[in-house]
Amino acid sequence: MLTPEEIRELEADLAHYPQKQSGCVDALKIVQRRRGWISDDTLREVAVYLEMTPEELDGVATFYPVIFRRQVGRHIIRICDSVSCWIMGYEKVYSALNGTLGIRLGETTADGRFTLLPSACLGVCEHAPALMIDDDLIADWNPGNVDGILSRYP
Amino acid sequence: MAVIYIDNRPYTVKDGQNLLQACLGLGFDVPYFCWHPALGSVGACRQCAVKQFKDEHDTRGKIVMSCMTPAADGVRISIDDPEVREFRASVIEWMMINHPHDCPVCDEGGECHLQDMTVMTGHVHREYNFPKRTFRNQNLGPLVNHEMNRCIHCYRCVRFYRQYAGGRDFDALAAHDHVYFGRSEDGVLENEFSGNLVEVCPTGVFTDKTLKRHYSRKWDLQTAPSICVHCGLGCNTIAGSRYGQLRRIRNRYNGEVNGYFLCDRGRYGYEFVTGDSRIEQPLARPERSAALERVARGEALQRAASFLRDRGRVIGIGSPRASLEANYALRRLVGPDRFYLGVSTEDYRMTAAALKILQAGPARSPSLKEVRMADAALVLGEDVTNTAPVLALALRQLVHPKADAAAKTFDLPSWSDAAIRELVQDEKESLFLATPAHTKLEDAACQTYHAAPDNLARLGFAVAHRIDPASPAVPDLAEEVDRLAEEIAAALVSAKRPLIVSGTGCCSEAMLQAAANVAWALCRRGNPALLSLVLPEANSIGLGLMGGGDLQSAFQALREERADTVVVLENDLYRRESAAAVDAALQLAKHVILIDHTRHAMAEKADLILPAATFAEESGTLVNSEGRAQRYYQVLLPKASVQPSWRWLGLLNEPASGTADEELFKLDGILADIAGELPQFRPILEIAPPSGFRMMGQKVPRQSPRSSGRTAIDAKENVSEPKPPEDPDSPLAFSMEGDEGLPPPALIPRFWAPGWNSDQAVNKFQAEIGGALRSGDPGKRLIEPQVGAQPDFFQTVPTVFEPHDGRLLLVPLYHIFGSEPLSALSRGIAELTSGRYVALHPADAAAQKIAEGDTVQLELDGISLELPVKIAASLPPGVAGLPSGLPGMEHVALPSWCTVTTILQTPPLAPPQNGEGVGGGVGAQS
Amino acid sequence: MERPLTSNIKPGQPAPDLAEYERSGGYEAVRKALRELTPAQLTGIVKDSNLRGRGGAGFPTGSKWSFVPMGETALRPKYLVANADEMEPGAFKDRVLLEGDPHQLIEGMILAAYAIQAEAAYIFLREEYKQAERTLRKAVAETYQAGYLGKNILGSSYRLELYVHVSAGRYICGEESGLLNALEGKRAIPRSRPPFPQTSGLWGKGTIVNNVETLCNVPHIVRNGAEWFRKLSLTGDGGTKLYGASGKVKRPGLWELPMGTPIREILEEHAGGMRDGVRFRALLPGGASTDFLTEEHLDVRMDFSSVEKAGSRLGTGTMIILDDKTCPVGMVHNLELFFARESCGWCTPCREGLPWTEKILREIEAGRGRTSDLDRLALHARLLGPGRTFCALAPGAMEPLQSALKYFREDFERHIREKRCPWS
Ligand SMILES: Cc1cc2nc3c(=O)[nH]c(=O)nc-3n(C[C@H](O)[C@H](O)[C@H](O)COP(=O)(O)O)c2cc1C
Ligand code: SF4
Ligand code: FES
Repeated sequence: MLTPEEIRELEADLAHYPQKQSGCVDALKIVQRRRGWISDDTLREVAVYLEMTPEELDGVATFYPVIFRRQVGRHIIRICDSVSCWIMGYEKVYSALNGTLGIRLGETTADGRFTLLPSACLGVCEHAPALMIDDDLIADWNPGNVDGILSRYP
Repeated sequence: MAVIYIDNRPYTVKDGQNLLQACLGLGFDVPYFCWHPALGSVGACRQCAVKQFKDEHDTRGKIVMSCMTPAADGVRISIDDPEVREFRASVIEWMMINHPHDCPVCDEGGECHLQDMTVMTGHVHREYNFPKRTFRNQNLGPLVNHEMNRCIHCYRCVRFYRQYAGGRDFDALAAHDHVYFGRSEDGVLENEFSGNLVEVCPTGVFTDKTLKRHYSRKWDLQTAPSICVHCGLGCNTIAGSRYGQLRRIRNRYNGEVNGYFLCDRGRYGYEFVTGDSRIEQPLARPERSAALERVARGEALQRAASFLRDRGRVIGIGSPRASLEANYALRRLVGPDRFYLGVSTEDYRMTAAALKILQAGPARSPSLKEVRMADAALVLGEDVTNTAPVLALALRQLVHPKADAAAKTFDLPSWSDAAIRELVQDEKESLFLATPAHTKLEDAACQTYHAAPDNLARLGFAVAHRIDPASPAVPDLAEEVDRLAEEIAAALVSAKRPLIVSGTGCCSEAMLQAAANVAWALCRRGNPALLSLVLPEANSIGLGLMGGGDLQSAFQALREERADTVVVLENDLYRRESAAAVDAALQLAKHVILIDHTRHAMAEKADLILPAATFAEESGTLVNSEGRAQRYYQVLLPKASVQPSWRWLGLLNEPASGTADEELFKLDGILADIAGELPQFRPILEIAPPSGFRMMGQKVPRQSPRSSGRTAIDAKENVSEPKPPEDPDSPLAFSMEGDEGLPPPALIPRFWAPGWNSDQAVNKFQAEIGGALRSGDPGKRLIEPQVGAQPDFFQTVPTVFEPHDGRLLLVPLYHIFGSEPLSALSRGIAELTSGRYVALHPADAAAQKIAEGDTVQLELDGISLELPVKIAASLPPGVAGLPSGLPGMEHVALPSWCTVTTILQTPPLAPPQNGEGVGGGVGAQS
Repeated sequence: MERPLTSNIKPGQPAPDLAEYERSGGYEAVRKALRELTPAQLTGIVKDSNLRGRGGAGFPTGSKWSFVPMGETALRPKYLVANADEMEPGAFKDRVLLEGDPHQLIEGMILAAYAIQAEAAYIFLREEYKQAERTLRKAVAETYQAGYLGKNILGSSYRLELYVHVSAGRYICGEESGLLNALEGKRAIPRSRPPFPQTSGLWGKGTIVNNVETLCNVPHIVRNGAEWFRKLSLTGDGGTKLYGASGKVKRPGLWELPMGTPIREILEEHAGGMRDGVRFRALLPGGASTDFLTEEHLDVRMDFSSVEKAGSRLGTGTMIILDDKTCPVGMVHNLELFFARESCGWCTPCREGLPWTEKILREIEAGRGRTSDLDRLALHARLLGPGRTFCALAPGAMEPLQSALKYFREDFERHIREKRCPWS
């Protein structure tokens, strides 16, 4: 069941669109922010709320990469693997995180703390290489200080 | 008309087409995938590329998609240009990099559009040498098989399922080369047109799951043109058989009727032909109380002859599900005065009323094509999704006035599908639905109204009165109903091609009269309104046109001892009248002869049963709701003593003296007699050529020239090659010998052309792509309106429906899967059939503290039923719904007043299973 | 030198709030337009200014606006969308504008919306631009409060609602018709044209989609006139341009310079030349979907037609520099991996052809390539070109590939010959 809070936020958001369904990506994001990911049950709940079928909503949910249809860790690390970061040392960034966390792209640490994902260009190419952890952008990243950064995300 | 240049030659083509259509119409082989004549163009697959040149001096040209480019006057293209040929071959190569190349084990093999297009583009050598992407398949229920790895991502399936058929439980998922077509999780496809995915999909992602159980390649099938027997619409089908077994039903294109699509009842209802309930031997009782025993054919005929000796005491009971020929043969056997139509008094009255309205009035009964082209429609009282499914599909295609206008404003061609949908957005067509309870078509309607049958009729009368005050006014009309009537009237009046749909579903003559008044009122104003009346069975109209008494008058003849012997033709009287009435009547008969192909309750009462052919084993004629007489042909050799009813009846008619009327044993003969004796049927001679017809001196082969030929399957019985069976009734041969050319449309046994092994070969059979078949769509209309007639409006407006003290009005609810008895015997359909129930309005249920799942006792008219309850909020208060004809449901004449009492309260039930909505729709997911 | 677009943007400092923005002349253009200009006059000024779209294709902005149906018969509501999706690898110019001066964009949007008489406007923002989202949301709230948005803007009868819509990823959302589907809450599949968004866009209504930088120019044009704007440029395309550089240059960054500034000047003066120890090899002038240019092109002016003449596209104007210590095959593989992953999956050549291309490049890079692979790459470069796919994503993807095959053929062949990447 959607919580009253979720519903309140959904309602405010859906007012921006002439049709309820147009807000479906926003709706998924709103719910995901609270629940971490979109499980099948969550998908159905949101679909009912939006008067969509699970298929219709899933068609949208699975199209967009930041809607997670599989369980993810508490924190999402997105490493920019696009061209400028690639030139400027993406490999080092990846190795550092892979070495520290022991997970590859698409994987979640056994303790459920981190999920490592590749990201399309983060738009900070002048500060490459870059990554994002949750909503925080980490640019010009010199992988020296891995533990220090990760320790901010318990 | 436009002149276009293809590889420097001028061709004249019809306006408004795209280049792909135009080229295909001219006979060019341009490959394509995402385009479909009924679905329009979206430009996704990029397969139909041609090169377009600015003018005759342009030598470079540019590649365009022919499906997305108008065939405008002066357009110059090349199909043959090497660069574009290379591109088309590459498109196939791309599609194939992830395709599993599993043709040998793929059910689509041999009729695969992807195979055809691969060959057409000339792509042979694939360089891709990386691992293929793989998907997990889904279980989509008993009808459609899913094998996603074969997908080439043409998006036709979603476009058909969602946009054309209105299904919402199936979609495109994920992105880039992971796009997946399926459901959110495994489960039965809810849309009743899901089977069309099998034909819409150009490869083997969606295949016929019922066929899988008795698979045969298309090229090894005997195929013949057939007509669906599972409702009154008469959709054209191709039946396919092998080794004496009916294997499958496919769509047979008829531009005027079903076009490209069938419903799932029609496609999958065929398995009754090979089901356990078939009657394959003559059966007889040594004496009245003894059990039925097999008897030899000769003995059966002898017994029949003895039963029928005193012709003056024999009556015949015909059937709206039997052919014209069979009914006529029975009528001839017993004489017109002793021939009865085998329908209840209510059905009889309804059919007669419908026929009279269509024959005496100015409103034309439309073909389904005309329905698809209508631009506003009112459906009065009929749950078409469940009683005439393909009509519901046609109603989903109503021309959107906004699409029309928008297309003009933005100069958009009608085939530019995605663009037009974008413009129209979710705005609804002018489709108005007025039915007792929720129907599945409602998502497509702009207004819906649920009410008791009398109130629905009142709405109809109110609309008619709004259009023409000469049609009677409706007293005591609620304000909101009046407003609705006003809205409907305005929409119909402003439409160019308004359509009224009604039918016998509510068993309300007032409903038909109200519909007639609306249509006639429009006609009087000069709006040529169409009036489509849904009749329940495959030959309801044919039988109505033949004429005869109803079942009660047959019973009366027995009661009055005018007769003591009854011949019942393909009819289960227990589905027509109450068991008590049938029992009482048959009790009075000395002899009951039943001619039928499928066992039912009547078998218990018959002294002699003669095994009849099903539609697949005989040739004959049916008249659909439009009034279109259509021929179907034998595709299967019946088991030993099974034969067409009309042939049995011919034999029974043979005078004892032995001078048989030879011709009556052949279809041509009986057709000639029907036409000679009953002038209303004269056009049936022109439906199709007689059996003597030959093409290039040869018959039309039921087998394809590619048939694998003889196998060892019969070797255990006989090692020599059997002679192909004779077919004295048609110009079709049971072999591959014959002319594969272009047969007359009614005789097309399969769509095949060189290089076109899939059903898309229909292109080669059409005069214009997506239009009529060459030489015209088959079938002959037997009823035409009286153009310009101004019949008097019906004057009797029902009074407002009032719930009776403590009693509920019980109305029939229909189920596409289950309400029609023959298809319900087919395995796939049976799986999807709902259990028995009674549907109550929440308020009525609450008044008696009844909850969903409780068992109640229903008392009506001396009948008492115990049924579980479903709560249906869409029913009007005071009205209850009883599913019509579900297996195991007793016959109850409806509508009827009833009382309901609880007998068992149960804990709340789990939500209904898929496909188990009330009325095939109520309570189903919207 | 005038730098209208970035004059308010101070590195390391928060974006100007409404008051500051107004102090620098902000919203004067809106006042002027609403009081003095008819929508047609406003469109006329923008036309005269020779402002060409900064989203990559360079379509003249004023003419685009003029295709929107006006008057009583136009379907309503009409929409304006600021394309702030900026997912093109190598591009970061819009981010700087969004984070640094949000009111400039909002003002530009109000003006553009007024010109087409739109009732609603959306900023379609990519998901990762969190800072920009915060800045914009604050600015939009201020703007509403000040009466520049909402009903009766500045006492005129004009009303406009403006929403920030945050996307959920996918490069194709930046393609304007895919963007419309994304905004409608659908899968971001591009739409067929005709009809063009100007006549049938969002929810089937007339819609203009403009790039952020394009819209940010509008207030200045309205304030200072078309001629002023044209004169900012060194060439025929009006205005200044945001140019950027990333890769192994000394000072990667973004600069506002006159339209038509030569590549060499941007690279050497502003970006400070190559880092020590590496040499310039080639560059993508305007993001991932533009053709490589090399040493010989360094004097090409960065405007739409000059870059095109040199065989590439101005694109976003944010250059990606390839140095001699970076493997060009690896770089192209990286680019194609991006495009393959970002294909929407609608049309065959892109959906299937890009992953295949990517796999071949991966094999070559890994030393497992075959000579015939180069033919296949060349074939794809040709067959995934303009007109053959449904939208411009795949043709864009082919630009760096086809030019790489031209300029770095020897590098490809060495990979195949030596069965390894010479740079690894
Ligand atoms: C695949 C693809 C991605 C695009 N991404 C963007 C983008 O992120 N931002 C943008 O402004 N334009 C992008 N465009 C260009 C837009 O389609 C459109 O041309 C532009 O937003 C129009 O704005 P303008 O006229 O102001 O340049 C993209 C185009 C394609 C084909
Ligand atoms: S080129 Fe085709 S598949 Fe690729 S993004 Fe465009 S429409 Fe989608
Ligand atoms: S048939 Fe034309 S693009 Fe698919």
